[in-house]
Amino acid sequence: MNNGRLLAALLAAATVALVVIGTVWPARSAVAYATGKGLMDSSSTPQEAVTNLGEEIRSQAWEKAYAGLANKAQFTEPEFVHDLTGYYPSLLTYSTLDKFEVRPLHASADEAEIELKLYWATVVGSSVSKRDLHVIRNGDRWEPEWPIAKEPIVPPQVIAVNYLRWDVIYPSSGDDWGAQNVEAPHVRIVDMHPVERADGVVILGELLNEDVVPAYVSATATLLSKNEVPIATEGSFDKISHLLLPKQVTPFFIKFPNVSLSDVGSIRMTPMSALIAASADPVIEIENEHLHPAPEAFLTGQLVNQSGQIVNVAHVLGTFYNRAGQVVWVADEYIDTALLPQNPVPFEIHIPEDLARNVSSQRTVIATYSSGGSQ
Amino acid sequence: MRTRLPFLLSTMALSMIQLALAQDDRGLTLPKTVEAGSAFSIQCPGSGKAVLYIVGLGQALKRDVELGGTIFFPAGSLSNSGHYLAALERSSSAETGSFDVVPATKPAELSFLAKPSRVPVGLQDGITGAVYVFDVFRNLVAVPTSVSFELSSPSGTVQKRTVTTREGSAWTVMDSTAQQGIDRFVARVDEISSARIIGQVPGDPCELKMSARQSGQKLLLATDPVRDCNGNAVPDGTIVTFTEAYNGDQSTVDVPLKHGIGEVQMAVHNGATISVASGIVLGNQVRWEK
Repeated sequence: MNNGRLLAALLAAATVALVVIGTVWPARSAVAYATGKGLMDSSSTPQEAVTNLGEEIRSQAWEKAYAGLANKAQFTEPEFVHDLTGYYPSLLTYSTLDKFEVRPLHASADEAEIELKLYWATVVGSSVSKRDLHVIRNGDRWEPEWPIAKEPIVPPQVIAVNYLRWDVIYPSSGDDWGAQNVEAPHVRIVDMHPVERADGVVILGELLNEDVVPAYVSATATLLSKNEVPIATEGSFDKISHLLLPKQVTPFFIKFPNVSLSDVGSIRMTPMSALIAASADPVIEIENEHLHPAPEAFLTGQLVNQSGQIVNVAHVLGTFYNRAGQVVWVADEYIDTALLPQNPVPFEIHIPEDLARNVSSQRTVIATYSSGGSQ
Repeated sequence: MRTRLPFLLSTMALSMIQLALAQDDRGLTLPKTVEAGSAFSIQCPGSGKAVLYIVGLGQALKRDVELGGTIFFPAGSLSNSGHYLAALERSSSAETGSFDVVPATKPAELSFLAKPSRVPVGLQDGITGAVYVFDVFRNLVAVPTSVSFELSSPSGTVQKRTVTTREGSAWTVMDSTAQQGIDRFVARVDEISSARIIGQVPGDPCELKMSARQSGQKLLLATDPVRDCNGNAVPDGTIVTFTEAYNGDQSTVDVPLKHGIGEVQMAVHNGATISVASGIVLGNQVRWEK
């Protein structure tokens, strides 16, 4: 009993002591968060100036960040904020800056080039963007110039859109047993291939909607041991284009962490499909796709929204094939800016170097989301 | 001798139980079977008052009766088919018996399951129909009943089958025809019928063909009207993929058919090879030279 009281008294004393220490001698990062000031005491070097800017962006101190820019006369504060968070609702609109990295590229007595790498925390994971900042000396201070990307201007025009849309009427609960129903779309797995990776097994494949109506699809795989005992079951989650129009094909990617392919006797695939109300628009063109070979191994291209409506989020899914036409890898990237009509937006999908050497061709599909739901 | 004795004792005991039960039933005269919904009667000999209970699946009747007469039950008293227990409770004793209520022989309703709701054209045995025959009280009619199936296709052809039910159900298979449209699938028993709609939809595109022409700074690519191998127009919304390969790069676009054709504008690249596909069907290739 006495020991318990002694422990409680010690803990209380330690807590009070730590609170006092933290208040009297606060950590620099805590001061930065509490006061809105930068981590650096000054901007006496180019790195410090860019680091301060990064901290201000992270704490969304837009006014302070804008005030510290050398080229603020070239744009307004709202333009600066929209450049970072998007002019139209997009992934960045609902994200925060998780962390950033500062890397000096070049420096002289009066000016410097600094790379600022921003890691945004979005609803679909981390999104990385990179800006090269020109930093200039102004007296004893350094001030960064923000490389503003102004709002893309879509030329006034009329885009004829012949909306094609499917709606579904389901049977009501009052219908008798045996009354007519509309059945789920017919989908088929046209390719499936397991690949062993360092962190587990992945199942790659392609799913075809062979029906004449749109389908909401997903794929589930169950790994069975050599004794036909289930090892694990996983779904494709977002590594698939969930909306498939008639005769459309999507890749899928199902990951089984911490599983060895040598333990797997067979794989049970379960494609799921359901009727869904859908529209045939928007149409997205994938322009200038270029497969960069290993060791870098990535696919670049541009998305062009050929429709009149703004696409808020685009999901790029790349399927990579070997010479035999077999799926070698599936990779994806979310585009963090909105797709405006006729306005090209670049994308870059990375491929593991060891697999990239087997890649002979590729196919890219785009899943789009517009505000107000999947169109 | 020792082994026979238990056998003889058990046989005698069983006989005594059966005799006692027979004496219990002797008072009640029950019909062996009653058709669902029809009138029936039960004779209750003796004198005085008693209570008659009839209990079956989802249905129970209770009557105060005067013994020594016949109890009449009007039509509609028992409607659920199944095995029923009758119990006559006197002041000092009780008698029990049982009888069956069987479905009415006249069908009154059909449950018709037709699959699928959409079927590709030209598919042998692609359409199935199953019928369950019920009487007016929704009892499954177990007596063999003749069911006629009739599938009218958009081209006007009619497929007919006649199947006799077994244990209340009958089923058949039909072929989808070559022309897309709406099939009317009817099952009929006497004057009772039930209809279902089957959509015959086009198959995969056949001989997918595309042409290219320059329009300003763009290349206008358009397919011919896309049809399946039976000549049916592939429905609008079907995805056609155009791929333009040039200098090691490529551009692709998935376009939905509108008004029967797939049409898109892509950048002009001299020497580009342009191909078209829909699902797993490949179309022609065009090499673009200025």
